[in-house]
Amino acid sequence: MRKLLLLLTVIFVGLIFISRLFYLQVYKKEAYSLLEDNAISKEYDYPKRGYVYDRNGKLLVANQPSYDVMVIPREVEKLDSTTLNEFCKLLKITTEEYQKKLARANNYSPRLPSPFVPQLSKKDYAVLQEKMRKYQGFYIQKRSLRDYQTSIGANVLGDLGEVNQSIINKKPYYKMGDLIGKQGIELSYEKALRGVKGIKFIQKDIFNKNIGPYKEGRFDTLPQPGKDIKITIDSELQAYGELLMTNKRGGIVAINPANGEILAMVTGPSYNPNLLVGRERNKNFSKLFLDTISKPTFDRGLQAQYPPGSPFKVINALIALQEGVIDINDKVTCRQGYYYGNKKLTGCHHHKSPVNMNNGIAQSCNAYFVNTYRKIIDNYDDAGNAMNIWAKHAKSFGLGDFLNNDLSVGRPGRIPNGDYYDRAYGDNRWGSTYIVSNAIGQGEVEATPIQLANMAAAIGNRGYYYTPHIIKDIEGDTIPSRYTTPKYTTIDKRHFEPVIQGMFDVYNKGTAATLRIPGIDICGKTGTAENFVKIDNVKTQLTDHSIFVAFAPKDNPKIAIAVFVENGYWGSRFAGRMASLMIEKHIKGEITRTDMEDWILTHSLENEYAKPYSGKPFKINGETTLQVIDKVKPPKDDDLNNAININSNSTHQ
Amino acid sequence: MNRENHRGYKFDWITIILFLLLVAFGWLNIMSASHEGEIQSYFDMNQLYGKHLIFLGLTFFLIVLILSVEAKFYERFASIIYIIAMLALVGLFIFGKDVNGARSWYGIGTMTLQPSEFAKFATALAVAKYMSDLQTNMNTLKDQLKAVIIIVVPAILILLQNDAGSTLVYASFFFVFYREGLQQVYLIIALSTIILAVLALKYGLIVTTVISTFILFIIYFFRRKKRSSMIQSVVILLICISFSAGVKLFYQHVLQAHQQNRISLWLRLEKDPILLEKMKKEEAYNLIQSEKAISSGGIWGKGFLQGTRTKGKFVPEQETDYIFSTVGEEWGFLGSAFVVILFMGLIIRVLYLAESQKSQFSRVYGYGVASVFFIHFTINTGMVMGLIPTVGIPLPFFSYGGSGLWGFTILLFIFVKLDSNKINEW
Repeated sequence: MRKLLLLLTVIFVGLIFISRLFYLQVYKKEAYSLLEDNAISKEYDYPKRGYVYDRNGKLLVANQPSYDVMVIPREVEKLDSTTLNEFCKLLKITTEEYQKKLARANNYSPRLPSPFVPQLSKKDYAVLQEKMRKYQGFYIQKRSLRDYQTSIGANVLGDLGEVNQSIINKKPYYKMGDLIGKQGIELSYEKALRGVKGIKFIQKDIFNKNIGPYKEGRFDTLPQPGKDIKITIDSELQAYGELLMTNKRGGIVAINPANGEILAMVTGPSYNPNLLVGRERNKNFSKLFLDTISKPTFDRGLQAQYPPGSPFKVINALIALQEGVIDINDKVTCRQGYYYGNKKLTGCHHHKSPVNMNNGIAQSCNAYFVNTYRKIIDNYDDAGNAMNIWAKHAKSFGLGDFLNNDLSVGRPGRIPNGDYYDRAYGDNRWGSTYIVSNAIGQGEVEATPIQLANMAAAIGNRGYYYTPHIIKDIEGDTIPSRYTTPKYTTIDKRHFEPVIQGMFDVYNKGTAATLRIPGIDICGKTGTAENFVKIDNVKTQLTDHSIFVAFAPKDNPKIAIAVFVENGYWGSRFAGRMASLMIEKHIKGEITRTDMEDWILTHSLENEYAKPYSGKPFKINGETTLQVIDKVKPPKDDDLNNAININSNSTHQ
Repeated sequence: MNRENHRGYKFDWITIILFLLLVAFGWLNIMSASHEGEIQSYFDMNQLYGKHLIFLGLTFFLIVLILSVEAKFYERFASIIYIIAMLALVGLFIFGKDVNGARSWYGIGTMTLQPSEFAKFATALAVAKYMSDLQTNMNTLKDQLKAVIIIVVPAILILLQNDAGSTLVYASFFFVFYREGLQQVYLIIALSTIILAVLALKYGLIVTTVISTFILFIIYFFRRKKRSSMIQSVVILLICISFSAGVKLFYQHVLQAHQQNRISLWLRLEKDPILLEKMKKEEAYNLIQSEKAISSGGIWGKGFLQGTRTKGKFVPEQETDYIFSTVGEEWGFLGSAFVVILFMGLIIRVLYLAESQKSQFSRVYGYGVASVFFIHFTINTGMVMGLIPTVGIPLPFFSYGGSGLWGFTILLFIFVKLDSNKINEW
């Protein structure tokens, strides 16, 4: 035993040490990553972010250098008063501010660089740069910011912002201070636009001093520049749409039916994209974001789900033809409404009666479509089953679900099916008369303007559409095949002609007869949707939404468009005019119906929008007078305050 | 050729090979841990590894010298060597040089010499000499006291020079005493002291009392002579309790704040997370850095001269006391386990040889060598891996420094010489 004590102790200690080493180096060790090693500092080389061009090659978004004056407090030498005054003058700060900023930087860290004066102008930079060597401890860091070459399309182009911690956690590529696309194409094409930053690994010592490249730079990478992209937007059409939308709220989406390319995507109110660049970004963003009444950051063309109203009637006509429950020559009598027994289920405006399908569409007869819709549902024994079949047809037009495209935002809208009403009313406790609102695009049906534009494209194409998308070309890359393969509706091609003829007659003899554009065969459909808000918990009706859906020309259409103007009253009043003007602008490249253009540019809905917030009782629809204003002029590209001023009119609460 | 002479010099090559492996591997790690900028030449005198190479060269002269001296010389002159070493320690109070608050060095020009490194082999020789004396009987209290005095003198001198770590080394001679006949009861007392101290600090007086009572009761119950041991047990219990209370008081009132914190961190006494963080920042900085460095090495290590934490000098004192962190980072689990095995191999080999000695002097000295290496190895690596509280003590053959290297070499090679002579002893 005496001989063994030390021997056993040595073996015991040895085993414990080996286990401890095993625990530290094998068991507990996380996978070693160069990026996580804090003895190695990573210096990033940021590539140029890709440019954005419109469909005609016009440059929309470029980059601009921005110069930050940085300071390393430890290395700052005390400046004599003349040098200090000169330096402060160059930086456009006072000497007190100089001391304060220096103290703050020193507080953060004496060793590490802090921004001293961010984002100098190019001119200030040029002057300062020559004298920089006189100021020890200060240096200029170049950064790249977006430079919007236009004042339009903020909702399309989007903007960049600094990454936050939750993004960093999810995507380790990004580091604190990096910029990332926050909205629009900057978000949806972030990866192509940003490129890949280069990394240099630098060995640091315990004092954070640079002691040379790690392993002679073997793991360093070069930056890969971001790719330039071309988008499908026609910037002139987009600008024109934004001009028309001035002083209104709503959305315009125009699509090329032949390939699904989005030609214009307007939301009103909008703002100048340059507001979200540089020093003022956060301030401006809060201002825009916190405007919860006019919601300029809410893309009404993509995100606003409205009851589609009458344009949805054409879908019901197509479904009824496909299901074989009507003949185009069947006539329905309209007694200014649809009666079930003696009960008026829905009203209608005054027009010639009885109507066949062509006149039903052209005159937008409610009775005709309730009748048609009831035939579709009552064709089956089980209303639930019938609704499911109806919903399947409607959804084949891209309604009731996300479009699954390359836009950063979107909403599914709603196409109710049998289950939806089973949940609402109970199994088999409802029938066609419960849900007749769907016949005229009210009730439970909801859609976004882009869905309606796509629906128009599918009708114009006689039964198929391409997923609406915004990418036209990525440098050195092809666009995904899901944007180039057609999606077919469940309606046979032969059923489209009579319906399209009906839509053509909307312009010829129907509800949009005054909106005709000489030389262009437009097929359209007006819509007028009732809507309600809660004011002090009382459900209050507001002026109807003005809706218009169209495509043109009638054969081989070049444009399909949906226009939605909140509280614009009847369909042809605002939306119809705007859609016709957009179509003329796109097809002819100029406006001949200047009377129509003048009318839109001299009428504002701002008073209408202010009403619910005024706290006073107000009138709607026919009992109101429209606000007339001076003719709106197109904004100048450098007029940053344009949008903010528009919004301030409506921020009453 | 005379047959006697032929048998006269048989050096133990296993020990020598282990020694060579350790110094060679140690030097590579010093190079990693200490180089500034690119390595131009192995003999770069401006770099620590270049200087260490000179020390290594001198070491081989020293080895030749030690091995060529007659084995009996060491036994005969043990006391004189011991006295010279003690005088060298005392001399520090007059001629010593202050470095970082410790007065442990003689300065000769730019060179420094640390006599405490040489006091170890001198003490081992003195202990061997005293124990092998025919008149010494380790079962008598008087002789036990005399033996203890031999080790306490250098321990106290070194403690007075503010080098607490090296003082601990002399406790390792307990293994020698025990091997040479110290009663069992001392071992029991030593173990109980450690256990009681840890229990008292970690779980407090009440738990310690309950546990001691329980154990003593069991011992009492299974013993045959009940009557006499009744009172004895109670006395022992009282001693245990007062010892525990004493440890607590000592911890709270005698120890300096940083020593308290080290123990507190080791036993995980601090429960308040904020205070714990603060304590870790103040006291465990080296430890955290060294654990991180070791852990980052993984199984295979980052490779020679490739340790990023070593290069960045993240672990303070990484070329001296914390050199094992460099081994861990650059050579990984395989390399550091190899070092542990080398040390175990060396100690066990020395122990094995010691047991085979015919002369008691050689055996006791061998035991002393094994014990000193053992305590250095255990405390140093244990500390660097975070198993025991921070104690500043070098790792033999690895830590940078001439005095240390020579001290350990002399310690080991006197034994190699004694061992080579065993065939001539009867």
